[in-house]
Amino acid sequence: MPVPTQMEFFVDPGRCIGCQSCVQACSECDTHKGHSMIQLDYIDRASSTQTVPVICMHCDSPTCAEVCPADAIKRTGDGVVQSARKPRCIACNNCVIACPFGVPKMNTGMHLMMKCDMCYDRTSVGKKPMCASVCPSQALFFGTRAEIEKLRPLSQPINQFQFGNQSISTRVNLMVPKAARIEHLDVTAALHEAPVGRDVLDDLLMDNMTADREEE
Amino acid sequence: MNGRDHDRLTIAPDRRPDADQPRWRQDFPIDWPQDEYIARRDFTKFMVLTSFAFAVGQLWILAQNYFRRRRRALPAREIAAIDEIAVGSSRIFNYPGEHEPALLVRLDESRFVAYDQRCTHLVCPVIPQIEAGRFYCPCHEGLFDLLSGRPLAGPPRRPLTRVRLEIRAGRIFAVGLEERTA
Repeated sequence: MPVPTQMEFFVDPGRCIGCQSCVQACSECDTHKGHSMIQLDYIDRASSTQTVPVICMHCDSPTCAEVCPADAIKRTGDGVVQSARKPRCIACNNCVIACPFGVPKMNTGMHLMMKCDMCYDRTSVGKKPMCASVCPSQALFFGTRAEIEKLRPLSQPINQFQFGNQSISTRVNLMVPKAARIEHLDVTAALHEAPVGRDVLDDLLMDNMTADREEE
Repeated sequence: MNGRDHDRLTIAPDRRPDADQPRWRQDFPIDWPQDEYIARRDFTKFMVLTSFAFAVGQLWILAQNYFRRRRRALPAREIAAIDEIAVGSSRIFNYPGEHEPALLVRLDESRFVAYDQRCTHLVCPVIPQIEAGRFYCPCHEGLFDLLSGRPLAGPPRRPLTRVRLEIRAGRIFAVGLEERTA
């Protein structure tokens, strides 16, 4: 039974509180054999508590599958990119390196790549993925488009990404503020920018130092 | 999704339609249903080719048998003069090669039988027990009938290979082998 088309994943990084619930819940799922497939990324750990849960975006042109030399990564008809097929995976790490989102994980002990597969054992029978079912702030939300519009009137879901020359549309949506008015996210554009948080912090520090000197 | 066929969901990185994609993309599809289809097709291909190979193999064996039968005209070789062998005695001779021992037994005045000496179980040399009317293989207690060479007891299942004999002017010649399965 496929995952229903109208059920979609919405990731809202702005709501993430870094509680690690999703990371723990993920390891409970049977399809990845007790290993957590979620990575909780810190945006700029020195100056901010902001975290982002990274789940598979399930691209319509999966780079992981494109680079697989063993033809092991497959996408089911409902658009979910599955973990590598065990008889084929040669543990070469190509997918791990190639994925623009950094999703696939190599289990060298099992000689197998495993990745977030939207908890296929659960979503294919109409349940929510583990992470979405535990997320206390619903930064990971699994439901219909109508539901999310009602719940987040100020945000809009987008699923278009730009990685250099590669444009990707995904099955999973990212919530961005409606005010931003963007059609796609250019992910690599931010690579060479200094993080915003540090600039602010540096300024504060400088201000304090100059203030101290003035007092002296 | 997006109105596309669920079996062909994935879009190539260059985003051109399937018709413009190189041929290998059809053989290594990313979509699961397509991959299953390819796997089934490969299996069918394998089955057809394998059965074809088996059929050809059978014909090859047939042809080989035909040619072997035509080639198998063994030379006649003299064993002994009739007078040299007493009634109820035996003699070992080599036929058809130099190291292939066979047994000649004189049953009575006019009847001779000859068999390859190798037991059909594990090629131990059989011992003639002419009074008892049998050949005896000491390795595993195998017994063969003296008159026909058929197995009587023990592990052997096939009869001894018979050596065809011909008597020409008072001399006995071995002229051929007769391999039997039963």
